[in-house]
Amino acid sequence: MAIIEVDGLRKAYAGRPAVDGVTFRVEDGEIFGVLGTNGAGKTTTVECVEGLRVPDAGTVRVGGLDPVRDHDEVTRLLGVQLQESGIQAKLTVREALELYAACYPHPADWRNLAERLGLAERLGTRFGKLSGGQKQRLFVALALIGGPRVVVLDELTTGLDPRARRDTWQLIEEVRDSGVTVLLVTHFMEEAQRLCDRVAVMDGGRIAALDTPDGLVGGCAGATVISFTPSRPLGERELADLPEAASVARERDRLVIRGTDATVNAVLSLLARRHITAGQLRVTDGTLDDAFLDLTATGA
Amino acid sequence: MNDSAPSAPHASAAHASAAHTPAPHTAAAPVTPAGRSSGSPATAVLKVETRLFLREFGSLFWIVAFPALLLAILGSIPGFREPDPGQGGLRTVDLYVPVSVLLALIVAGIQAMPPVLTGYRERGILRRVSTTPVRPRALLTAQVVLHGATALCSAALVLAVGRLAFAVRLPRQLPGYAVALLLATLVTLTLGAAISARARTTKATGVIGTVVFFPMMFCAGVWLPVQAMPGTLRDIVEVTPFGAASQALHEAAGGSWPSWTHLGMLALWSLVLARTARRSFRWE
Repeated sequence: MAIIEVDGLRKAYAGRPAVDGVTFRVEDGEIFGVLGTNGAGKTTTVECVEGLRVPDAGTVRVGGLDPVRDHDEVTRLLGVQLQESGIQAKLTVREALELYAACYPHPADWRNLAERLGLAERLGTRFGKLSGGQKQRLFVALALIGGPRVVVLDELTTGLDPRARRDTWQLIEEVRDSGVTVLLVTHFMEEAQRLCDRVAVMDGGRIAALDTPDGLVGGCAGATVISFTPSRPLGERELADLPEAASVARERDRLVIRGTDATVNAVLSLLARRHITAGQLRVTDGTLDDAFLDLTATGA
Repeated sequence: MNDSAPSAPHASAAHASAAHTPAPHTAAAPVTPAGRSSGSPATAVLKVETRLFLREFGSLFWIVAFPALLLAILGSIPGFREPDPGQGGLRTVDLYVPVSVLLALIVAGIQAMPPVLTGYRERGILRRVSTTPVRPRALLTAQVVLHGATALCSAALVLAVGRLAFAVRLPRQLPGYAVALLLATLVTLTLGAAISARARTTKATGVIGTVVFFPMMFCAGVWLPVQAMPGTLRDIVEVTPFGAASQALHEAAGGSWPSWTHLGMLALWSLVLARTARRSFRWE
């Protein structure tokens, strides 16, 4: 069952389309990623889901309800962490949790949430004095406090150090494991690859691709990366003509060839024929980064 | 404005679907009675905003202590406690009681309140609240009520200081005084709300607040009591919100019902400013 359905969504600001015909469904229980560069239309899309913006065209449904018309009902199903929002600086963590719990008819136990999110030691601390990671954890707690069926997390880990980011990732997985569907907006490929069951890649207000992270990586040209330092010079053109080779690049004395498994075999036999040894030969799978660049390059 | 009340058939459909949906199941955060809050969301918002308000010592000083302090300082000048034949036998300190009362209202409504409201918008606090079942309006209403109530407390303090320290008579037409004071409070709050509605940033709010603050203080008679102003100047000042308020308070203090012209002027200003604030308020 789809908890979020977006169909033909369009939204323009001052005549400039920010979201230009976006359709996707978020299934119950998954972590669904919306990936894209700044200005791709990610935040506008989720703001329409949250009922903060009224779509110009298309429909948005959360649990079958319209986020604008059925605002109150939708806010009870949907927990939100906004990219640009805050709470009152002099509010303590405890007061913020109590206040937001009071906003909902059937709130979760905020003490339990604070415990789980590592905020139990910070209950008396004012919001303005929290670290970036602690603020984000509080925002996650506030998103969960209404006992939602789905949470929207918009650029949750932006501005966090690598350690706090990894802790946050674990947190998101725990949220999903507890039965809450997650709509995750991010521009970190690594984050989407690590967490998401499915990813919609947005570019220029449209969805350029929608698949599992593995599907996205496997489906793009240059999914396999071969790199080595040849013992003798080797013509780049010759490599580029090999079967299914997508690109050849020289990085100082190393050659980097993107292609498929067929390319790997072709490279190896070419080297054998020429009696060239391949120093520090590496064959790796492409990353979502590569897939993303591949998908959005054509769109631009 | 957009209290999107769902239409009746729609509302029932929503309830029906809610009934089919299993209760929100957050294993991580089970619904427990301990998590339930007592009282309505609006009460919770008011409670929290009151606590936050009490943490703003600067605002509290300027709203509550400053006007009474000013009266005390002026009243301690011996010459100001001598009856002035030019003022119908009133002392300067008598004239400065309504001035200090209005000062309390102006500081609360124009200096203290607008940056709070604009800040709530600028820092995304209103946006955050609008993703919950509570309307962001609840926060703004709480702040307006708190600033209004504090201004009235400050006015009461000024009257008490005047009575106890300088034997200034309490208002003799008490209901009339109360009506004038409430209308004046309404004017100052709507003016403050209009400022924060129009200003884009908290910084701009501060600037506009200060620019508006000084003419309003002048009209309230801080430098020259309205009653001591020469004829033409007084005619002009009486048309402004705080000039009208000053005259209305003065009349009620003297024992007569405030003139309907002054009360009407206050009501008119409140209406116009409330409309402006309502129409031009940006929620984000």
